Amino acid sequence: MNIWTAIAVTAVGCYAVKLAGLLVPVGALERPLVKRMAALLPVALLAALTAQQTFADGRTLVLDAKAAGLAAAAVALLLRAPFLLVIAAAVLVTAVVRAMAG
Amino acid sequence: MPQTCALSLLAFTGASQFALVGALAGGGNPLTASVGAIFLSMRNAFYGLRLSQLLALPRAMRPLAAHFVIDETTAVSLAQSGRRAVRIGFAVTGISLYLLWNLTTLLGALGAEAIGDTDTWGLDAAGPAVFLALLAPMVRTATERAVAAIAVLLGLGLLSVLPQGVPVLAAALAVPMVLYGVRRKTPGSDADEGKGR
Repeated sequence: MNIWTAIAVTAVGCYAVKLAGLLVPVGALERPLVKRMAALLPVALLAALTAQQTFADGRTLVLDAKAAGLAAAAVALLLRAPFLLVIAAAVLVTAVVRAMAG
Repeated sequence: MPQTCALSLLAFTGASQFALVGALAGGGNPLTASVGAIFLSMRNAFYGLRLSQLLALPRAMRPLAAHFVIDETTAVSLAQSGRRAVRIGFAVTGISLYLLWNLTTLLGALGAEAIGDTDTWGLDAAGPAVFLALLAPMVRTATERAVAAIAVLLGLGLLSVLPQGVPVLAAALAVPMVLYGVRRKTPGSDADEGKGR
């Protein structure tokens, strides 16, 4: 199996996974419990993803400048700052902390 | 270079692409690399579950929309209220991200190493910051906060134990855990319990 095959398999697989979620019949989603689960699942996945992107490097946990940047973003969010300002705060604080840390 | 671009055009789910490239570059077996990459994209199916309710797409549109079911489009769509806004959010995010992602892939493949290390500019913090900003309006109730908190703990706690991509999926277990806990309490007594992070 060469690299092109690997690319094709990955592409088809990733697409099938995406489509599968969309194709689940609406009837199955009408039940209240399923509805609550489906509403909360993205919350769980996004929360875990955010945490990993901030505190993980590969499979090890790290506490670096990104944590400070995310803290700045959290503060900006609490202050109801506009979206772009929140992102800018995270980027800026991360860069500054990183520069100071050498 | 054509291989890198094809991957971006066809797979269009960042984490899986990085995983595939990483595994191949590390001399891994192509099949194992593919399976790992597909596993990483498994969370997109969960996103699809929620999105299909919100978007309420006609059947013929679904195969087309499926390509854009990723972290970013889900996060933006869920932040909208009203079906029209959800659809617009999904489409705009999907299309603009798709164009940018593939354009930057091309630039990257052409050898834009001259830019240097983007980490120096703190740009690696932009990704999680975007997710945080989109997540914030979704964690209003105590239940949602509990789900987020447990998901963070699971996602980070299992990181070193499970293969890449699996901890995020395991974090989905936070949902049944919290729903079970809520059900055992008297309904409606949603006391405030801990923050999202």
